[in-house]
Amino acid sequence: MSRRLIAPLALVTLSILSLFVGVTEIGTGDVLRDPEARALMLTSRLPRLFAVLITGASLAIAGAIMQMLVRNRFVEPMTVGTGQGAALGVLIVTIAAPGAPLLVQMTLAAATAFGTSLGFLAIAHRMPPSQPFLVALVGLIYGGIIGAGVTFVAYQADLLQYIDIWTNGEFSGILQGRYETLWLAAAVAGLAYLAADQFSILGMGRTVSIGLGLNYGQVMLFGLAAVSLVSAMTVTIVGMIPFVGLVVPNIVSRIMGDDLRRTLPQIALSGAVLVLGADILARVLRAPYEMPVGTVLGIMGAALFLWLLYRPAPRVR
Amino acid sequence: MFARRLTFLAAGLGLSCLGYMTIGSRGGWDFLLPFRGTRLAALLLVAVAVSTSTILFQTIARNRILTPSIMGFDALYLLILSVSVFLLGGAGLSETSALARFLVSLGLLIVASVGLFGTLLLQRREDVMRMLLTGVVLATLFRSLSSLIARMIDPNEYSTIQVASYARFSRIETDLLGLSAVLILGVVGIAWRMRHRLDILALGRDAAINLGENPRRRTIEVLILVAVLVAVSTAFVGPIAFLGLLVVSLAHLVTPTGSHGTLLVSSSLIAGIALVGGQTVLERVLGLSTPLAVLIDLLGGLVFLILVLKGARR
Amino acid sequence: MIRITDLSHNLGTSRVLHGIDLTIPKGQITALIGPNGAGKSTLLSLIARLDTPLSGRIDVDELQVGACPTDVLARRLAILPQTPEIAPRLSVAELVGFGRYPHHKGRPTPEDRARVSDAIALLSLDGLAHRSLDTLSGGQRQRALLAMTVAQDTDYLLLDEPLNNLDIAASRSLMTLLRRLCEDFGRTVVVVLHDINYASRYADWKILSTPSCPLGSRAGAMQLVWR
Repeated sequence: MSRRLIAPLALVTLSILSLFVGVTEIGTGDVLRDPEARALMLTSRLPRLFAVLITGASLAIAGAIMQMLVRNRFVEPMTVGTGQGAALGVLIVTIAAPGAPLLVQMTLAAATAFGTSLGFLAIAHRMPPSQPFLVALVGLIYGGIIGAGVTFVAYQADLLQYIDIWTNGEFSGILQGRYETLWLAAAVAGLAYLAADQFSILGMGRTVSIGLGLNYGQVMLFGLAAVSLVSAMTVTIVGMIPFVGLVVPNIVSRIMGDDLRRTLPQIALSGAVLVLGADILARVLRAPYEMPVGTVLGIMGAALFLWLLYRPAPRVR
Repeated sequence: MFARRLTFLAAGLGLSCLGYMTIGSRGGWDFLLPFRGTRLAALLLVAVAVSTSTILFQTIARNRILTPSIMGFDALYLLILSVSVFLLGGAGLSETSALARFLVSLGLLIVASVGLFGTLLLQRREDVMRMLLTGVVLATLFRSLSSLIARMIDPNEYSTIQVASYARFSRIETDLLGLSAVLILGVVGIAWRMRHRLDILALGRDAAINLGENPRRRTIEVLILVAVLVAVSTAFVGPIAFLGLLVVSLAHLVTPTGSHGTLLVSSSLIAGIALVGGQTVLERVLGLSTPLAVLIDLLGGLVFLILVLKGARR
Repeated sequence: MIRITDLSHNLGTSRVLHGIDLTIPKGQITALIGPNGAGKSTLLSLIARLDTPLSGRIDVDELQVGACPTDVLARRLAILPQTPEIAPRLSVAELVGFGRYPHHKGRPTPEDRARVSDAIALLSLDGLAHRSLDTLSGGQRQRALLAMTVAQDTDYLLLDEPLNNLDIAASRSLMTLLRRLCEDFGRTVVVVLHDINYASRYADWKILSTPSCPLGSRAGAMQLVWR
């Protein structure tokens, strides 16, 4: 069997599994016979499945783009300040205009996420490219500082209970009518795919980019905007989900290389599979209770990250 | 060498303690002394423990950026604690078994940290940045595992355990005060007696061997001391990510020397001022609801970024 | 004297020293000369217990390296590594002071202080004694490190390319100093040199390793050459 087929097969299998895992037992036949089961399927299980798939795929794509923008394999939006910036935006809206519509929340979250990512990019581009671990480390701490800032503001405004919702991703609250904005994230990720070649070139550095006639600054800003939008939508609707954007592009690039035009579909697919697997695990681990998927991915992702750090140098394809 | 500066610091700490004990108090001394007095003692113990463990760790790691909490020491302790609650059960433990659990967790932390960090530190020609990154990721891993286990124990009451994994200075577990005081003061005493050896270890492996020290053995000894200090202070107030980094960086600024005798004293005094003074100002004077730990993390994080960026430019 | 018996060592997977037998005479200067990668520094760091040999045995007088307590050996033998990684925030006097550590273990006596000033004077560092190491030039730092090694006051001195960073005048005065240490104070000096001219002029013995018979090969073994 071709290796290319593994991810699609896993996706289909896990998707079907995901539909039938939950507090209420639903058999395959019930969907056809029992209207109540069908309603549950349509209002809860299917929306959840879509949300999981979109989140996984778009976060993985955002991670891949971020790695090209920063030119470093060990960064991803959720750990280097983009996600924390988004949380800051939502927090500001919640304080300044409680009850503002989701779209307003999301817009401001995207704006702050864009600002904090720009800040990280400015720092990262000033650091020696010979020290990849340093850039990643600075990113983690930078994200941590913004996170501490968010906690500080939340404490003062007595909004601490929300922090957990934004910082620890969870799909249990996803219902019909409360996740549809995520399709926007899917659209943004799709749009980014159209610019895949530009991002690949960007990953080769400023000189090469300009030499090939790329509008360096413009592509950079577009990439950053895409990453910020995806992160903002994920954080407001699902909460932060760590490591997907980091490990998935790394593993795919290890097998297929760095041509984003070719690898982005695979990255999206693998991201969806990873988050879906984690979500199913989160549901069955302590059934009937649910774990936050952010916690499950925190463990799986950190373990994979350590493996990436200490693996032998990748062989050239 | 820095007698005047150390005297200033000591005076500052004295003032902070006085403020902590008196500002905003209504009751008489017979109420204040036992109530605020025990908390003050706990804060001071934590200050000494955090600053000493950071100095010790930075010396054996030969790096001014690494600290036990950045490398995930306290996250590891919380993980061990969660596992022990998971296996042995029970929030409503009696006092003796709570003590037993503390001691068992401490023992496990010593074994695990010597195994884990010992291997990391004793590797020769290790890339420092990779080691740092490993530490940060390990800390995330430990934290996620603890939170997973916390939810496995009781999905409804996970919040009680989650609270324990945030730093807090206003509510301090004073049950273990006596034992902790003995442990911390004992370890600090050993560190003080080692101060000349530490000066030598700071010169680097080859120089230390040349001068007749055994860096390998000392590294393991120091890791054990650090594990005890981290366990006790984490049991007291929870993890405080950047306090150690903040106070030790300040100590290097105030008393720029390689002498551990001076650094151990100055960093402890600064840590005491940061905790006691900071808590007094934040809670009693400004009336802010934000815990001091969040503020310290913010400041310490900035110091960390500056240190890393400065190091990168050199 | 230093007696080396059937000494073998690997760096990574490649064999650098292969069954070496060698005796380094006491109270004289012995120079190790040869191209890079011949195992000279490795030999020095094995004698100074910085690394543990794969097999074989090294004795410094009656002390067996690796078996005798390390602080006892620190009063008998001192090494100046090629690229010492010393924390920069020390003054010259503090650094040289650490050389006395094996003798006083942190509590210096007046005699220790006197030895430190002697060493500083011997390497003409008086004007720099209170300067911080990171403000010194490469040559000055090299002299400061050498002063620390001298202050350690050991019978044996192992120096790994001490002429690095030194100009011709400084190199000459350093080699003259080594001769004085040897003739006036009875020290034994083992020194790795790149320049055969310095070796011929200042060393009593030369140990050569050439590409045709590197230190590591059994056939070439170690050749001890009287000057």
